Amino acid sequence: MTETKPAPRPLSPHLQIYRPMLTMMMSITHRITGAALYFGIVLLVWWLSAAAISDAYFDLVQGFFGHWFGRLVLFGFTWALIHHSLGGIRHLIWDTGRAFNLATVEWMARANLAGSILLTILLWIAGYGAMP
Amino acid sequence: MSMRASLTKSGTGHFLMQRLTAIANLPLIVFFVWFIVAHLGASRAALMASVQNPAIAILLILSFLSILWHMRLGMQAIVEDYVHGHGAKRACLFLNTAFTAAVGVAALHAILKLSLAN
Repeated sequence: MTETKPAPRPLSPHLQIYRPMLTMMMSITHRITGAALYFGIVLLVWWLSAAAISDAYFDLVQGFFGHWFGRLVLFGFTWALIHHSLGGIRHLIWDTGRAFNLATVEWMARANLAGSILLTILLWIAGYGAMP
Repeated sequence: MSMRASLTKSGTGHFLMQRLTAIANLPLIVFFVWFIVAHLGASRAALMASVQNPAIAILLILSFLSILWHMRLGMQAIVEDYVHGHGAKRACLFLNTAFTAAVGVAALHAILKLSLAN
C-alpha cells in the first residue's frame, strides 16, 4: 500500500499577480473611497456638533476647514464622495443585468474617473467663492 | 457571500438594503453637498437659521440615516472579506455597528439641538 501525500495544490493568484487594469483599479478605488468616507463623515458631524455647542467652538472648527490642511481634507472627501457615487451608479446599472460588454465596461470606468475629477473641480470652483 | 450568510444570516437582506440605500443616497447626497457648499463661510447664526427650517432638518436626518445604514453594510462586507477568525470578525462587526450608531446619535443630537433651539 503506497502512502498518499496531499498533492501541492495550486493557490489562486492574488491581486499583485495581475497586470493592473483600469476596471480593477476602479473596483479597488470604490472600496477605498467607501472606507475613507466611512471615517470622513465624522468631520461633518464634528462641524454640525460644533454649531450646536458654542460660537467659540464653531469658530474653531470653521477655522480648521478654512486652513489649507482642512481644505485639502475636504477636497479629498469631495472627490471620494463623487467617485464613490458615480461608481455606485455603475454598479446599479450592472445590477439590472445591463452594460456588461467589455467596451461599455471600459468606457464607464473612464467616464467614472474623468467625471469624478471634473465634478470635484467644478464644485470647488463654484464653492470656493463662498469660502472665507 | 457565504460567510456573510453564515455569520449574520442575512445575505439577501444585505444585498437589497445596500442597493436601496445606495439609490436613496444619490439624491440625498446632492442635497447634502449643496447644504455644505451653501454654508462654507457661514456664521453659526446663519447655519442655525437654515437647520431651523424643518425641511432642511428632516432632509439632513434622512441623509444621515440612509448614509450611515449604507456605510455599515459596506464596512460589514469589508470586514467579512478581510478579517479572518470568528472572534475577530465578531468584534469588528460589533465595532462597526457601535461606530455607525455613535455617529448617527451624535448627528441627530446636533441637528435636533440646532433645529429646536430658540
